[in-house]
Amino acid sequence: MSSLSTTIQAVFNEPGCGKNQNKSEADRKKGCTKQLQPGGAAGGCAFDGAKIALQPLTDVAHLVHGPIACEGNSWDNRGAKSSGSNIWRTGFTTDINETDVVFGGEKRLFKSIKEIIEKYDPPAVFVYQTCVPAMIGDDIDAVCKAAREKFGKPVIPINSPGFVGPKNLGNKLAGEAILEHVIGTEEPEYTTPYDINIIGEYNLSGEFWQVKPLLDELGIRILSCISGDGKYKEVASSHRARAAMMVCSKAMINVARKMEERYGIPFFEGSFYGIQDTSDSLREIARLLIERGAPAELMERTEVVIAREEARAWAAIEPYKARLQGKKVLLITGGVKSWSVVAALQEAGLEMVGTSVKKSTKEDKERIKELMGQDAHMIDDMAPREMYKMLKDAKADIMLSGGKSQFVALKAAMPWLDINQERQHPYMGYVGMVKLLKEIDKALYNPIWGQLRRPAPWENPATSWQAKAMAQMEAEAAALAADPVRAEEVRRSKKICSCKSVDLGTIEDAIRAQSLTTVERVREVTNASGGCGACSVRIEDILATEQAVSQPAPQLEAAE
Amino acid sequence: MAKVTVVKKACAVNPLKMSQPIGGAFAFLGLRGSMPLLHGSQGCTSFGLTLFVRHFKENVPLQTTAMSEVATVLGGYENVEQAILNIYNKQKPEIIGICSTGVTETKGDDVDGYIKLIREKYPQLAKYPLVYVSTPDFKNAFQDGWEKTVARMIEELVEAPRSGARRDPARVNVLPGCHLTPGDLDELRTIIEDFGLEPSFLPDLAGSLDGHIPDDFSPTTIGGIGLEEIATMGQAAVTIAIGAQMRRAAEAMQAKTGVPFRLFERLCGLAPNDEFIMFLSEVSGRPVPAKYRRQRGQLADAMLDAHFHIGGRKLAIGAEPDLLFDLSSTLQEMGTAVTAAVTTTQSPVLERMPTDEVLIGDLEDLETLAKVRDCDLLITHSHGRQAAERLKIPFYRAGFPMFDRLGAGHQLLVGYRGTRDLVFDIANLIIGDHEENRQPTLETWRHGFDSLKAAEAASH
Repeated sequence: MSSLSTTIQAVFNEPGCGKNQNKSEADRKKGCTKQLQPGGAAGGCAFDGAKIALQPLTDVAHLVHGPIACEGNSWDNRGAKSSGSNIWRTGFTTDINETDVVFGGEKRLFKSIKEIIEKYDPPAVFVYQTCVPAMIGDDIDAVCKAAREKFGKPVIPINSPGFVGPKNLGNKLAGEAILEHVIGTEEPEYTTPYDINIIGEYNLSGEFWQVKPLLDELGIRILSCISGDGKYKEVASSHRARAAMMVCSKAMINVARKMEERYGIPFFEGSFYGIQDTSDSLREIARLLIERGAPAELMERTEVVIAREEARAWAAIEPYKARLQGKKVLLITGGVKSWSVVAALQEAGLEMVGTSVKKSTKEDKERIKELMGQDAHMIDDMAPREMYKMLKDAKADIMLSGGKSQFVALKAAMPWLDINQERQHPYMGYVGMVKLLKEIDKALYNPIWGQLRRPAPWENPATSWQAKAMAQMEAEAAALAADPVRAEEVRRSKKICSCKSVDLGTIEDAIRAQSLTTVERVREVTNASGGCGACSVRIEDILATEQAVSQPAPQLEAAE
Repeated sequence: MAKVTVVKKACAVNPLKMSQPIGGAFAFLGLRGSMPLLHGSQGCTSFGLTLFVRHFKENVPLQTTAMSEVATVLGGYENVEQAILNIYNKQKPEIIGICSTGVTETKGDDVDGYIKLIREKYPQLAKYPLVYVSTPDFKNAFQDGWEKTVARMIEELVEAPRSGARRDPARVNVLPGCHLTPGDLDELRTIIEDFGLEPSFLPDLAGSLDGHIPDDFSPTTIGGIGLEEIATMGQAAVTIAIGAQMRRAAEAMQAKTGVPFRLFERLCGLAPNDEFIMFLSEVSGRPVPAKYRRQRGQLADAMLDAHFHIGGRKLAIGAEPDLLFDLSSTLQEMGTAVTAAVTTTQSPVLERMPTDEVLIGDLEDLETLAKVRDCDLLITHSHGRQAAERLKIPFYRAGFPMFDRLGAGHQLLVGYRGTRDLVFDIANLIIGDHEENRQPTLETWRHGFDSLKAAEAASH
């Protein structure tokens, strides 16, 4: 376990992560994740994260060492797609029982590996450690080593038991495992000056296949995709790539950075969501390959493809413009971590509500990025009734979010589209963007909404649940106004700035006491928005509210 | 008389089984204003939550004590305390139902003791409904978690009637097994009420997970049986338990309140429903309503029409014991041969399965047997989809989870009407498969009697 905790510390200390580098030494030790709150936590565990990161490797047998909960409750529930083997979708687990808990599960684990190799003969077996065997001291490293020697096949320990932390830590621990045991252990059959790695892409709904044809056309070879539609041998020989793209999320930044360090593979962080990002990423890939010795004409060819695809995309979007013009989108998720989705939606005439971002300047781009991240955290704490109010007040026409909040929208008879990892449709690249608009159009113009918003004929609209929900919100607000003690508590507990941990009460008090009127002044006085700055939009809102409230006061003074 | 065999493999492949704690949490979801809480690492909860959400397509309340590595080693008192306080203050449920997991059972957390301490320390929690069930992941299965939890609810939440208290002859307790859907419960409620009886379902998933649009947003369950109703279940005339798994709960009810029970192991099929309807008629003292006489006729007719297609099929079925027993028996009664049967955990009904052998195993076992024994109909939960694709035989989804089709909560398998629908659905599946995949050609009988054997497998 000591080696595991060393790995965790090392992962927390990721020099490739800008956010991490801005932290103090002590904060960095705490890790990059919120402390989990008993009775108030959501989301998966580290094991879940490790499995998410590696399971899309299609020809590997993924064996979960633990009680039935870890695999039995979760297998075959991912939307990644494979162009070849389906063994990754087979659920393998040691399903340890009481006897194993008492006497140890190592023998069962070893036998399980043997059975898998005999029956399924995969190129490699990945063994995932879980909480219970970690507690009873099962040494999966040793078992994997023994199995490797005995069966002459790679048997890779993935040391990421659930209780060490949340999902994103698991992603990184999975990365560490393949860095240590897989990458660089085999050689590719041949190499070309056009070999790249794609890191942190899972091919959900087969979306990467919306982009791959363009790379094929340019003669760019994906030596290894870690891990969507990937194969063991490709990952094992991925150290011979010329360049790498780390797909937007930071889930596997440690893999990209260490591969640069060890094998000199330069990488960039990019995204294939949205038209602009896709073009930028293609250019960046070409640029890095040329830097590493590919012929310079690659860039010309890339520009030709980009020009053609962009023209096609905008042409395909054109028919939607009239239908989508002025429709309001409430976007609440950190799921698609790309500003360019927003940009493309705006290009199609859609308006964003819930964010004050109007144009896609560079600053706005940064702002949307941060906003989307921050709002995702907000949603975690938001009561469904508040979310309903937000939908109603913002007068949105459609909500785009992750699966967790879908029922709030749907039950409020609000069109909704999943843009998180469980989504049904692929939205990558140029075609994907058009597909997204098409789905939005389909959702918006479905005739069910009119029918469902009409109350039942025997129902009094004034007593409908919607009216009641709104009335209750108002009643709560009124009760709060009448109960200063409670109101104070609420004000104090409502966190506005997560980075600097500043609550609503502190900000309001400062604004009132010192007549602050700008976000900059609020920052100077309270420190709020002094971290990532994403909450500045919310501080603007608070300033606006405070100003509205305090308006009458000067007038009174004037009258006196 | 079936032989029950526990498969001897080190590695389970394509698990059929789900874990005990989420079976327990599932039961708590059938109480009104309830918040189930798993004492374990946050993954224990999030996997279960994902299963429920994908099955019901609903928001599902489920919380975690979020055990970290350190807390696990030192013991989880503080996490349980904090979780209860946080939930109590934030979501304000009427009841918190706590299930342990493998992590906390391995350490040996004494949650009963923790709860006692918490009640002493916080006066506001002294009488607050907190029900704890021990459900380690490394033992038993989903159905067992449900079974234990319902029994525990009765022990903790039902009041023993005062001596000499009168029973209400119209009141009936219903203890449904976890294999019944909200749609099944709605159907049973209608049937029971049609006899002028007033049923109390414990748990009542029909109120909470039937997909209705709630009157208000709630962070807890949006329906289900209320605590005040549970408390008075001791006043009922009789308890109806459905599925052998509910014997333990029915006995607990009898022990605590003296209410006698009748256990119905099955409510799918003609004969089991005859028995059920006659029992209701006896208890209520009313004749069988014309509606059910008619429904019985419809079922009989459906069986006549469908037996041509269902008769002679070779069924491969994987399900938890009570569902396995119910569906296997019903189809066997329509002429299907139960050729491969796999289940998750021990149960007294397994020996009475209408087949030679029942395996306690996984979907790999089921797939292998189905292949070797030439099965031509597959019934299991959604995880059977890969096997069905490889086996290329008609696949009927039943059981939990059903995440790749809609309407799981409304699948109806009980009563004359539910049986009728099942019979039609399966017959139609077989007819469709025949049309699409098994059309005869000029070559079908080319090799005379040699073709017969091949055709038999192909042309059902």
